[in-house]
Amino acid sequence: MTAPLPAKLRPRLPMTWLGIVPFIIFALLFLILPTMNIVVGAFQNPAGEMTLANVKQLFQGAIPAYYLISIKISLASSSIGCLIGFAVAASVTLGGLPKWIRGPLLTFSGVASNFAGVPLAFAFLATLGRLGLVTMLLKSWFGINIYGLGFNLLSFWGLTLTYLFFQIPLMILIITPALDGLKREWKEAASILGATGPQYWRMVALPILFPSLLGTFALLFANAFGAVATAYALTGSSMSIVPIVLFAQIRGDVLQDPHLGYALAFGMIVVTGIANGVYVWLRTRSERWMQ
Amino acid sequence: MNRIWSWLALSLGLVYFFLPLIATVEFSLKMRRGEYSFDAYRKVLEDPRFQETFSYSVVMALFTIAFGVLLVVPTAYWVRLKLPRLRPAVEFVTLLPLVIPAIVVVFGYIRLYNTSSWLPLTGSATGTNLLLMFGYAMLSLPYMYRAVDTGLRTIDVATLTEAAQSLGAGWITILARVILPNVLIAVLSGAFLTFAIVIGEFTMAALLNRPAFGPYLQLMGANRAYEPAALAVIAFAVTWACMGLIQLITRFSKHTKAAR
Repeated sequence: MTAPLPAKLRPRLPMTWLGIVPFIIFALLFLILPTMNIVVGAFQNPAGEMTLANVKQLFQGAIPAYYLISIKISLASSSIGCLIGFAVAASVTLGGLPKWIRGPLLTFSGVASNFAGVPLAFAFLATLGRLGLVTMLLKSWFGINIYGLGFNLLSFWGLTLTYLFFQIPLMILIITPALDGLKREWKEAASILGATGPQYWRMVALPILFPSLLGTFALLFANAFGAVATAYALTGSSMSIVPIVLFAQIRGDVLQDPHLGYALAFGMIVVTGIANGVYVWLRTRSERWMQ
Repeated sequence: MNRIWSWLALSLGLVYFFLPLIATVEFSLKMRRGEYSFDAYRKVLEDPRFQETFSYSVVMALFTIAFGVLLVVPTAYWVRLKLPRLRPAVEFVTLLPLVIPAIVVVFGYIRLYNTSSWLPLTGSATGTNLLLMFGYAMLSLPYMYRAVDTGLRTIDVATLTEAAQSLGAGWITILARVILPNVLIAVLSGAFLTFAIVIGEFTMAALLNRPAFGPYLQLMGANRAYEPAALAVIAFAVTWACMGLIQLITRFSKHTKAAR
């Protein structure tokens, strides 16, 4: 890799860089610099001096509670999404279901994983809202009033249930190729050595899949954590999760201190950054196995 | 035994995914008391705000796709041809929009490109539209880049380039008449995905105060009962159409390849 280049190529070398200059400029102007601006702003006071006061504010008052509920919803929707998505993907790839199911399922997953945002909130209001189809049917068929039992769509479980609509398909989309990568020989070798089905899963398949499972989990987590539109359309500003609080801050609804907004945004970068750092790390590890 | 569990898992999934869709369709038809009707759809389609915001978002999506193609195809091509060692770095940057929440980035835009900054994009409607388009291009970058890069992997970039060069083609000719037609299928699937993302996007458009479809949806949701369900059905149909077209063109491309 480090062999010296032939002399006559050398003068031309700087020119090849020019080809990706538009991309670099675009990435800098519309992705990296705006983010850096927020990160730096989180450590400045309105006069532009360096300070830790904004970051300290993240740990005061109601703000830790915002982060806690956000992280809880993201954890719940990503872990349940992983479990169910895995179950569905496994039953289609390995569970002996007819082959033709696979194509439509993956197409549908592509649609559903992109069907996030405001329309998704409408769909769930029409399903599990106070006048939603399921709410009404449960009431008239079984006499069960879920709202009387304490269910509320505008709550932790309501939001989690809604997020699952794009989390599960995303899991199916990402994990199906990994399940395809499980070689039949491994299962055969395991059963020749006397392993039962559960033993094969516990000692062979799951350890191999583990990095991609955990990695996808991290991606789903970040996906839920950064989602604004669904929650906003569903709950307005009544549910205090971090993206909504930040949205209200930027909108100017409650803006007293723009630098607190910076700090809130910085906190979001830290949380999703950690989640995706785990993803990238585990992804490179799992790819070594899946050759 | 195994198969029973599989069917069970699949049917549970089907119930979860189809109930909301059925419920939304049912709800959208209930506007007239006591009978099903398409009143909600008629109301929505007649609403001038719907027409304005929807066409605004469609135009934005088309501009975003055009810009995305112009940005991503030459970059991915150049990286594959001349700078393969930079590929992991470029790929990392293209995946960043999945890491950094869109709301954080748009917050940065507002701070960085406000009226008193060196590049006051938010000072005029055109400037803000431009900024929003760049934002959308950023959002769709992971999907667009991945699609194009996958497309480039299936062709022999170096040989095609040399062949074109020896016939006297310049870089623009090579890109427009040799590379682009060869990765057109990949570009199209990236384009449809971009379209699906842009058409319903809410956060960026709302915070940049543009009259896009996403904020309109939210506004309707806050003020109306039956129209939102009709709008959700329309939005789902658009997403479904985009994904269906991706499926269709990839199948079509497989077909042409098999024929060769």
